[in-house]
Amino acid sequence: MMAAEEDIKQKISDRFPFLQEKITVKRKRRIFLDVNMEHFKEVLQFAIKDLNFTFLCTIAGLDEMDKFSLMYQLDDGSGIMLNIRTSISREDPVLDSITPIFPNADIYEREMVDLFGIKVKGLPKGERYPLPDDWPAGQYPLRKDWKSEILDKKEII
Amino acid sequence: MSEEFRVPIGPQHPALKEPASFSIALKGEKIIGVDVRLGYNHRGIEKACEERTYVQDVYLVERICGICSHAHSTCFVQAVEEIAQIEVPKRALYIRTLIAELERIHSHLLWLGVAAHEIGFDTLLMFTWRDREIVMDILAELTGNRVNYGINAIGGVRRDIGKDKAPEILKKMDVLEDRTKYYIEVATQETTVVNRLSGVGKITKDVALKLGAVGPTARASGIARDVRKYDPYAAYGELSFDLITDDHNDVYGRTIVRVKELMQSYKMIRQILKDMPDGPIAVKAPRKIPAGEAVSRYEAPRGELMHYVKANGGDKPDRVKVRTPTLANIQAVKMMLREMYLADVPIIVAAIDPCFSCTDRLIEIKDLDKKDAQVIDWQSLRKYSIDWYRDRGIDFKK
Repeated sequence: MMAAEEDIKQKISDRFPFLQEKITVKRKRRIFLDVNMEHFKEVLQFAIKDLNFTFLCTIAGLDEMDKFSLMYQLDDGSGIMLNIRTSISREDPVLDSITPIFPNADIYEREMVDLFGIKVKGLPKGERYPLPDDWPAGQYPLRKDWKSEILDKKEII
Repeated sequence: MSEEFRVPIGPQHPALKEPASFSIALKGEKIIGVDVRLGYNHRGIEKACEERTYVQDVYLVERICGICSHAHSTCFVQAVEEIAQIEVPKRALYIRTLIAELERIHSHLLWLGVAAHEIGFDTLLMFTWRDREIVMDILAELTGNRVNYGINAIGGVRRDIGKDKAPEILKKMDVLEDRTKYYIEVATQETTVVNRLSGVGKITKDVALKLGAVGPTARASGIARDVRKYDPYAAYGELSFDLITDDHNDVYGRTIVRVKELMQSYKMIRQILKDMPDGPIAVKAPRKIPAGEAVSRYEAPRGELMHYVKANGGDKPDRVKVRTPTLANIQAVKMMLREMYLADVPIIVAAIDPCFSCTDRLIEIKDLDKKDAQVIDWQSLRKYSIDWYRDRGIDFKK
């Protein structure tokens, strides 16, 4: 029933044996994969070139308190989604831009910059997104320790 | 040698869903570069979802968009139901699908009217918006509301659709189908429309794929991607319908895709009303959702909509991430505008069906060397565009 999904899982484990335990087929057409930053680019390239995950749906950022996680959500054209999750340090959140591979990552990476305060290296110059130009520096709304009550305090906004 | 001008278009009207500002660099009348600034109406809904319960969030996400509100609430409840492993009754799935297709009809007819207005074909605007009232009446009759239907609940739907409603809906589908056949004729045979839209806002299949285009925008560049087909949700797996694509790669193609999709929606609605199973319309969902995560996809009228939900075992989600189709199409629209004329801006921007194109907005024309600015509004740009084409022989008043 989930032959294509299991096949993808197998191919990833064959190429990256250390990821064998990190791949979950959650349901039909949904594969989740955890990979550390060190191997992320290699795995991403493999998914694009050998598994045909050539379409970037979006990037979801997650504040997991001890780290930031980023989920790169890819589609292979047949409806199967590969969600590659990787993590970066919360103290010094820096990330390499994937815009050279996926030009449409531009707007999703700007979200990381504005909403999580992640530095994205190699992101082309452009307008910020989505917060206003006069948004106070150092306020990152999607961080878990950021509460929306802060907006009521006049000295901040 | 002509000077380079920069034309900022936008930002927005506060009533709109996704306002944007386009800063357009011109050489003469030709567009040589485009910058986009989005986020003017960012309301922090993702954060607000984290601070509210799942039940509250259903209503909150429904208000992300005033046109495809059902798309958002369905996409969200699907993700939550997947995490909580709730088996939604089949009848509920059929009702969701019915409302979804009615919503697509109203959205596509609305778009056709807006597009016609932008090119100066106001007769078509009047026709389509009159016909759109038929489907708005059905939606109001079935859900109680013209927009924000409030039909979805986690675990099913909130209102049943009585058998007595079907004959009236079917009668109205026949009327709309007749009207749509006429619109297909207008869009494909009316020479003024064909001349005005052909070759405008071109984007090839490869480029559209690379830039992540979705929905009718992608399908008009020959990309056979439709969530209803390849990642079926609700009752779509049981319906028979065609995936509409077109190879024109331009605004003309995007128009054809949408009018043809209308025909498919009528077909689906007839099947739904015929095959809708009996049974309960909802199951009780727990207040607290067990820890887990799910990615839900939905083919909204404008393209693929995604909701990612992460649950932590409490009654509030840990994370809700929304990716709307307009956001996915922004890179593509930047590409479409390149090498076109200023007069093509209104219809190219309108052709991805963003909500920010359908009302007045400020447009600033700035001479970079003199650093002074001239401010005009969207209506004036539209007028400029219509006059520009009239001078070149394309006139809907003739």
